[in-house]
Amino acid sequence: MGEEQKLLHISSSPHIRDNSSVPNIMRDVIIALLPALAAGVYFFGMRALIVTIVAVATSMLTEQIITTKMLKRTSPLGDMSAIVTGLLLAFNLPVSIPLPLVAVGAVFAIGVAKWTFGGLGYNFINPALAGRAFLLSSSMAYMTGAAFRATGTFGKVPVSLSGIPQESAQEIADKTGLAVDAISQATPLAALGSIVEKAHFPVLELQDAFANLFWGNVGGVIGETSVFALLLGGGYLLWRRVIGFGIPLTYIGVTFLLFWIFNGIEGASLLSSAALTIPFYHILSGGLILGAFFMATDMVTCPITLKGQIIFAIGCGVFTFIIRRFGGYPEGVSYSILLMNLLTPLIDRYVRPTVYGTKGGKA
Amino acid sequence: MHIGSPAKPIVKVGDEVRRGELIAEATGFVSSPVFASIPGKVTAISDVDHPLGKKSPAIEITFHGQDEEENSYYMPDLGEWQKLSKEDLLKRVQEAGVVGRGGASFPTHVKLTPPPDKKIDTLIINGAECEPYLTADHRLMLERAEEFLTGTAIVMRILEVSKAYVGIEKNKPDAIRVVQKKIKELNMAGIKVIPLETKYPQGGEKQLIYAITKRVVPSGGLPMDAGAVVQNVGTAHSVYKAVVRGKSLCYRVVTVTGCCVKKPGNYIIPVGVPIREVLEYADTDMASVKKVLLGGPMMGIALASLEAPIIKSTSGILVLSKTTPSIQEHNCINCGACVEACPIHLIPSHLSKYVRKNRFDDAENHNVLDCIECGSCAYSCPSKINLVHDIRLGKNRVIAKRKKEQ
Repeated sequence: MGEEQKLLHISSSPHIRDNSSVPNIMRDVIIALLPALAAGVYFFGMRALIVTIVAVATSMLTEQIITTKMLKRTSPLGDMSAIVTGLLLAFNLPVSIPLPLVAVGAVFAIGVAKWTFGGLGYNFINPALAGRAFLLSSSMAYMTGAAFRATGTFGKVPVSLSGIPQESAQEIADKTGLAVDAISQATPLAALGSIVEKAHFPVLELQDAFANLFWGNVGGVIGETSVFALLLGGGYLLWRRVIGFGIPLTYIGVTFLLFWIFNGIEGASLLSSAALTIPFYHILSGGLILGAFFMATDMVTCPITLKGQIIFAIGCGVFTFIIRRFGGYPEGVSYSILLMNLLTPLIDRYVRPTVYGTKGGKA
Repeated sequence: MHIGSPAKPIVKVGDEVRRGELIAEATGFVSSPVFASIPGKVTAISDVDHPLGKKSPAIEITFHGQDEEENSYYMPDLGEWQKLSKEDLLKRVQEAGVVGRGGASFPTHVKLTPPPDKKIDTLIINGAECEPYLTADHRLMLERAEEFLTGTAIVMRILEVSKAYVGIEKNKPDAIRVVQKKIKELNMAGIKVIPLETKYPQGGEKQLIYAITKRVVPSGGLPMDAGAVVQNVGTAHSVYKAVVRGKSLCYRVVTVTGCCVKKPGNYIIPVGVPIREVLEYADTDMASVKKVLLGGPMMGIALASLEAPIIKSTSGILVLSKTTPSIQEHNCINCGACVEACPIHLIPSHLSKYVRKNRFDDAENHNVLDCIECGSCAYSCPSKINLVHDIRLGKNRVIAKRKKEQ
């Protein structure tokens, strides 16, 4: 052949790839979060959308500036991970948080938690949760308590912020002598803490709250309240095989189990309705569903093997139980996940699948 | 060029050779003789491009244009093979230059002579053909069923086993039917067809052995450590040709296909034909050819030069018009797709990271040598990381280090 023999392309095998990609995964997560976003706007009003937009925009802007101006690299915005971080951060914030704080949280999440370590794949803690934890420690007043006032869209007001219907709330007030105001300002878990454990509230009446907790007619941060919307999204992620069943089921299961066995109600048998009410109330509230399906499953910060992921999820459940039961926070989910994120490298170091051909390994 | 020592030419330039005649002798036990695949004149003995990238000594024969049948050499007729001793059968297999047709081209007579302390009780014939695009084995099973089954029986005789399994993936139901029918027709006791899950890499020998016998080949071991010998259907067919028809290994069935090939199909091609000629024969649009693979898309080797010839182990020529994979790799996001995909249960992501950081000891401790290079990990990686490439480098370094320490 002549001198201009065309060169052939060479590479190592395999020479074909499937069509998975990082942008595709992120896109699926964004789609999965849309029902919860809609629920947040429905129950908390347009401001929920504004908080979300600020969070997402600031995340993207921060990432753009850090990468193109400071690190002089090509912009990674196309992988959409900044959008996901922005969404998840917003979902962890109360609707009335001042917008500048939202931006601060986003800058911390993207700038500190993600990019000081090298960007996507190098971060060792969940950036959105890190942003939330930063805001919680630095601006607690804006993140808790009175921040949970809510005026829903179309002028709707949630039945009561704890999920417990107003009539029962009044009865509680009469029975326990606690002011109605104090009760209706509490989020579900705060209500549980103050009412049940301190005032010997008839536990079964908590069941009135279940429907509200499930649909989202309760107080809380923007994304955590509608269990229904979150399950829709979680189901989508499972169907698209972005996440597996391991972490969500184990996390929720362990939390349920621990609160069932250690339900804190004196003298109730495990099979009694009262004893079962407590664990159900716990898994329906406090952002556990949001955490179990969307935050604990963040690929970068959870173990790479299935065995490791189960251990990780068990740890999350145990820490959630401990923090909720013994700690001061009605929360527990965010800190549990952050703590287990720290243990992930250790888990990955020691938990390995059994290699085929070695003791116990099979094809 | 294959595992073992290369053959030594016994002809000189200018010699006339017949098809099937010996032109290079085996050197040593793990070696195989080479035969003229076309009748003609020896026109050169020099180094040519080898498909695997380096140069290799080769004997170039130019076709005479005369009738093939008259100018073919057959080995002496051995009579009914059932009456032969296993040593005679083995000798014929060796002299005919039969090597594995599955891709590794390991000299067959060596594989059929396991050390006496390894007890073999099972023969597995690999008709899985799990690589996408390749259909050469499929056609062989459909069109030459009786021949390869006879070859199977011969191998059973050599190994002195009474059980043989033909593994065929369920995506070839016609082949399963035809082979089962032939077995019944020919009354071949001891040979059984096993339909297999259509799942890559079902045709990998370790996976095949486990799927059929539930036995596990120990890490660092060979199929004989699990009491089994695995042969490709093409190899069984070549054994038949050598023993019953006196034909030395001169040609093979090759799947020629790909985007720019206008006449794709399974061709019977003499060993030694330059790839370029094969592609032109199959009416390929040479201008849009970007990448040519020898083998399938998962484990095939990308060719550097189209002047390289078809060799004994070439099962497919695949032409691609896109330069997959792209160069652009992203960071590992720890998604675990590679872990889920790996049939040996390794953690390819970790192995790749160790290799890129020159931590070859860590790679060795994490079983990098157990990788079968099937490509499932890199195929599923969303960040498009070239995992197999890294693992290959790791294996290379670990083996070199071990050799140095010996």
